[in-house]
Amino acid sequence: MANLINNVKDNKTDDELHPIAHDVEAVNGPLNRELFEAKKKIYPKRTKGNFRTFKWISMILLLGFYYIGPWIRWDRGPTSPNQAILVDFEHSRFYFFFIEIWPQELYYIAGLLIMSAFALFLVTASVGRAWCGYACPQTVWVDLFITVERWIEGDRNARMRLDKAPWTFRKIYLRVIKHSIWLMIAAATGGAWIFYFMDAPTLFNQLIHFEAAVVAYGTIIFFVLTTYTFGGHLREQVCTYMCPWPRIQAVMMDVDSLVVTYHGTRGEPRMSVKKAKKATATNQPVGDCVDCNMCVVVCPMGIDIRDGIQLECITCGLCIDACNDVMDKVDKPRGLIAYDTINNEKIRQTKRDATHADGIRWPWHNYRNYVYMGLFLVVGFVMLYSLSTRDRFAINALHDRNPLYVQLSDGSIRNSFEIKLLNMQGKLRHFVIYTEGLEGASFTTAAGTQTDGKVIITIEPDRVKAFRAFVDVHKDNLPAGKQTDFKIIAQEIDGNETGIYGAKFHMPEPAK
Amino acid sequence: MSNKTPHDSNPQDIILDVLPEHEKSQVAADDYSTTGHEWDGIKEFDKPIPRWWLWTYYLTVLFSIGYMIAYPAIPLVNDYTKGLLGWSSRDMVEQEISAARLAQSKYIDAMQTASLEEVAGNEELMTFAVEGGKSAYAVNCVQCHGSGATGSKGYPNLNDDEWLWGGTMEDIYTTVAHGIRFDEDDDSRYSEMPAFLTDEILEKADIIQVAHFVRAFSGLDHDPSAASAGAEIFADNCAACHGEEGKGDQEQGAPNLADAVWLYGSEFDSIVTTISASRKGVMPAWAHRLDDTTIKQLTMFIHSRGGGQ
Repeated sequence: MANLINNVKDNKTDDELHPIAHDVEAVNGPLNRELFEAKKKIYPKRTKGNFRTFKWISMILLLGFYYIGPWIRWDRGPTSPNQAILVDFEHSRFYFFFIEIWPQELYYIAGLLIMSAFALFLVTASVGRAWCGYACPQTVWVDLFITVERWIEGDRNARMRLDKAPWTFRKIYLRVIKHSIWLMIAAATGGAWIFYFMDAPTLFNQLIHFEAAVVAYGTIIFFVLTTYTFGGHLREQVCTYMCPWPRIQAVMMDVDSLVVTYHGTRGEPRMSVKKAKKATATNQPVGDCVDCNMCVVVCPMGIDIRDGIQLECITCGLCIDACNDVMDKVDKPRGLIAYDTINNEKIRQTKRDATHADGIRWPWHNYRNYVYMGLFLVVGFVMLYSLSTRDRFAINALHDRNPLYVQLSDGSIRNSFEIKLLNMQGKLRHFVIYTEGLEGASFTTAAGTQTDGKVIITIEPDRVKAFRAFVDVHKDNLPAGKQTDFKIIAQEIDGNETGIYGAKFHMPEPAK
Repeated sequence: MSNKTPHDSNPQDIILDVLPEHEKSQVAADDYSTTGHEWDGIKEFDKPIPRWWLWTYYLTVLFSIGYMIAYPAIPLVNDYTKGLLGWSSRDMVEQEISAARLAQSKYIDAMQTASLEEVAGNEELMTFAVEGGKSAYAVNCVQCHGSGATGSKGYPNLNDDEWLWGGTMEDIYTTVAHGIRFDEDDDSRYSEMPAFLTDEILEKADIIQVAHFVRAFSGLDHDPSAASAGAEIFADNCAACHGEEGKGDQEQGAPNLADAVWLYGSEFDSIVTTISASRKGVMPAWAHRLDDTTIKQLTMFIHSRGGGQ
């Protein structure tokens, strides 16, 4: 078996119309693989076509956004950073363009993750593993690394020859260049990552002057290692053996999910154009598949799609491009390999009707898709609503635990609080603070200016103001040994936000 | 080229049958021998461990050798191997402490020269003082005054607004620095209430009458006739320090007898005991043990509890 694998002879065609046949077996085909064996290298051939174009666009957009993202500026006034996307751990803030999230509002991140999950479920259940094929960082970076490899070392056959060639100066030269570019990409990947956590221009300046924090360099080194290893060496192994997502996806897909499908009813029995001519002459059945193996050699996962749906398939569609190209050349209709549902192929097989239409019927009859989309929208609208109406001010009052109350000399009972006022806007704000619901209570604080039971507090832009506050009630006004609910209210003076904190007033046990 | 054509069956069978069958056949092929162990008919394959795992294992072995050379590792009889890097956890703690001291030095320097009012007026410095005072309090003061500064019988509550020797920042500072009735400090606050019964100044019956009179100040239950009899005795013996209305005098550390706060309790018997034998509570002076900045920090912490004047 092993001698068949990668056993490529550059088949200089057995037919004019069949110039590209590869005598090759899928490295990772289910019938070829032992349960335990070393990685076999895959040499994906270059393709052209709609899906390849889509992958280029996807790669450019995603990489472009990733690398440029931290450099986008967004003016938030003098007191806040002007980086559009910034995860500011130092000051515990998260900035995304016009949205600023405080640690108390981390549920927005949770909501975003829930939405991402449902979007992923929806995509998987309806159009299959589109995430794996076009958007997953592993796919995108592997694609980039293969592109570089192809650019330096040439296409599939040239790369295979180079691998087998002895270590000449040219080989060393090409390898050094390739690995250097890979490492540079890896370094840029880690470099871009850390820019999301600190002001990018400042950090860049520190980095090149070797003044940045150790953790910054450590992160870059980590990313260099992982990007270089995953993108350059492990590649499809990451998807097949390390990533849990392909296994989870299997249960989300069903017979109506779009997957890359080989139309066996139309393609079989497969044979070369030469044999097909002979078979036609003798009235034997002839399939459309010319057995050129182009679908196998372009596959970055090293599988043969004609073996049916497989765990390894990331549905990148490159085999579709390759096959369409060949079908054009042999004057047969496109779509021998296509995005289709298993159900359609089943219908074709059971009815022996090769003309049954392709599966680009949107699978909306699948209830799960409605549920996924519904949940996605519900979470999305809840987040949008709460984001547009959320408070940019909050009040917290932490009751002293020790002691719960203090006996004052005039017979009053005092409850002390640590009050925190959160001004989540980039401007100076003034609040009047008072209590409600305690008869004859006096309210004093260790900060602000005080006038008849009300306190005026000024809070710096984008800051938390913490101070001690004391609520005194005469002991005859409240029942002994009981807790009384009351409110601490902060009302904005020059705006309309109000913070209300529901607090409890503790009274001592009655004297015995 | 494989001669199997999976597409003879329908595609679902490909998923459900072909792959599992294939894997089954792989296992059944029994390319690997067993270890010879058998439990209830279950045999154990003798299969190689994943190579990356093996290499990780070798790497950890290499790492441990390097680690033993570089870091303290092997215990000897009276000593241990120090390692080439000279690293020690004790050094690390010292470095961390000195780094913390260095980070604090800006505030400590400022506090050394600043007056109490200046500290209180500077928000940053005040925060540092209160937090530092909280730590110093937890080490030095909780034993008597309690973790919540609530005190107990004989040990004043520092949260309330009753102050024996004054509740301004200067008063508190002086009390903390020099203590109360603390013989070893010449500047200690000093006053002594006579033990009226023990020193044979008053009769037991007089003391009981005075106790009724004292309870009357703050509206506690008392015998009115005994109280009126005690009024004269109070004026003669007590008013000099506690004032005619029992409001006390912070200059002499004489407590206010007309309010709701009682250091030794407001019970009748407790008051009789206080008058009869006096109390003579002592607080140590801290100026000899703590540096001036720490005492300032303690002052700010206590003052900020809410009762400060």
